[in-house]
Amino acid sequence: MAVVGVSSESRTLTGPGPSRPRGWFHKNRMAIAPWLFVAPALLFFAVYVIIPIFQSIAISFYEWNGLYDVNGESTAQWVGFQNYIKLLDDSRFYISLKNNLIWLVLYMLAVPVGLAIALFLNQTVTGIRIYKSMFFFPFVISQVVVGLIYGWFYNPDFGVVGSVWKALFCEEVINIVGNVTTKCSVSPPDILADETWATYGIIFAGLWPQIAYCMILYLTGLNNVSPDQIEAARLDGARGFKMLRHVILPQLGPATFLAIVVTVIGALRSFDMIAIMTRGGPYGSTNVLAYYMYETAISEYGDRYGYGSAIATVLFLIMLVYISYFLWKMYQDEKGGM
Amino acid sequence: MFPKPIEKSSAGVQLLYKIALPVALFLWLLPLLAIFMTSIRPAVDINSGNMFGWPSSFNMIENYTAVFTQSEALAYFWNSVKVTIPTVIISVSLACLAGYGLAIYRFKFALPLFFLFIAGNFVPFQILMVPVRDLSVKTGLYDTVTGLVLFHAAFQTGFCTLFMRNFIRALPFELIESARIEGVSEFKIFWHLVLPLVRPAIAALSVLIFTFIWNDFFWATVLTQGEASKPITAGIRALNGQFVSQWHLVSAASLMAAIPPVVMFFAMQKHFIAGLTLGATKG
Repeated sequence: MAVVGVSSESRTLTGPGPSRPRGWFHKNRMAIAPWLFVAPALLFFAVYVIIPIFQSIAISFYEWNGLYDVNGESTAQWVGFQNYIKLLDDSRFYISLKNNLIWLVLYMLAVPVGLAIALFLNQTVTGIRIYKSMFFFPFVISQVVVGLIYGWFYNPDFGVVGSVWKALFCEEVINIVGNVTTKCSVSPPDILADETWATYGIIFAGLWPQIAYCMILYLTGLNNVSPDQIEAARLDGARGFKMLRHVILPQLGPATFLAIVVTVIGALRSFDMIAIMTRGGPYGSTNVLAYYMYETAISEYGDRYGYGSAIATVLFLIMLVYISYFLWKMYQDEKGGM
Repeated sequence: MFPKPIEKSSAGVQLLYKIALPVALFLWLLPLLAIFMTSIRPAVDINSGNMFGWPSSFNMIENYTAVFTQSEALAYFWNSVKVTIPTVIISVSLACLAGYGLAIYRFKFALPLFFLFIAGNFVPFQILMVPVRDLSVKTGLYDTVTGLVLFHAAFQTGFCTLFMRNFIRALPFELIESARIEGVSEFKIFWHLVLPLVRPAIAALSVLIFTFIWNDFFWATVLTQGEASKPITAGIRALNGQFVSQWHLVSAASLMAAIPPVVMFFAMQKHFIAGLTLGATKG
């Protein structure tokens, strides 16, 4: 607060000449300046992020196909909590919710696997830098591309899974007409067309970039682990897993925190892969809230903005738990840092 | 260093490690290698089921040219450039200003505003979808590059402000204080003193935002429709429908779409990782 109190007399060294009038703005500049700096960003952010959150919540109490009548008035109809009541009876909503939970749980594997790869790569042999970058590679490419790659990878006819399967369980036979076909004891699995396995197939694909992300967080963390403490622990006879657990992991706290935060958010935001690999199918079995909302709000059977917004609101409330926790944690840091 | 440096192990372990590295990398990048091999195969291989053997001929140039001549890929690609670059410039600029405002001044709203930017940055896209789409339709920005840029710039401002504010906060505050005592105006302090110091943060944010926006798929599908504004990520999906079972062309198109962020990453790796891991070491 001392900054605000700096008197104007002390500023005359190189400041504007005495002829320049010093009005209200100058006197209050320490109070106004921060607002001037923040205003453009705040305005933008309010229009496209903050206000739409509340608008969405409001729309979730209406039934609306997104259209306007000739007078430019919205055709939305107030329905109160009707959309939410419908959600309670919507089996697709429960499937999405369940899949979100599966995503959350399985996506967490990215954290320990990322740590394992980071430990594997935390050496100083020649060329290790290139190895580290190459391991990080999957994170840089778009999820759309990852989705396409894995969609093809799983393809029972052309993909890697199909080919490996054929090599293991099938033999080539020449039929009567002389064409070569394959005869399989068990036909190759079509993972993405299978209601039971499709979600796991997508999550497995999604883990690929997410592991890369966690790995890079841990590599950076490992770089900053205090060598003295490791030496001291070595002298005390700690090694291997014991060392990892009692000496290394506590120092990797911030990296673990960040890895968990980005993984939770990644899991709840999962949309791209589902859109590319299955479009929520077969029979809605791979839907998650994010995709189900999109599918409902903008669909070929007419837009359902109200119902879609209700789904979005539920997703938002789930996310809000994590956001609040993250903010609380940051607030603790800020208080400590002041 | 943990684990124990490999140089201190026996020669056998060292050799094993040096063999394990390329093997692990090969397995890790197998999907990518497979798609690359597919993208240089001739159509004959795809039809005859030769998906993993040695290509019967190398058709890299033919396949990649075919993607550009037989589809709208070039238009999509150019749209992505037109969306990504202005977004990076706008969001990073706004964040420099806001980050400075929130880091330097101790006013009552500094922390609440900062938290507002952080919270907004984490919300699910779906909660913004209907109002943003509606707003874009009403203002005539639906299905335009400008509409996409404005939204992305606004949304990314949240993350950029978080980043900038923390970066500026870590600068020595005495520098700014002494400039104030000398009577330098607030904006001049920002422009001549702080901006040169935050150059590394600007670089880190630029590559990160470039990658995020280039790879965006959700907003590309929600806010665009036609060839005139559809970015490459949404375009690829359209191509996927167009090139049904022409896997060599789909692969080539996918890899094309991945090139700009990959180049960005390798060119500015240090900044990229510094940006991504901000906060992974503090405390």
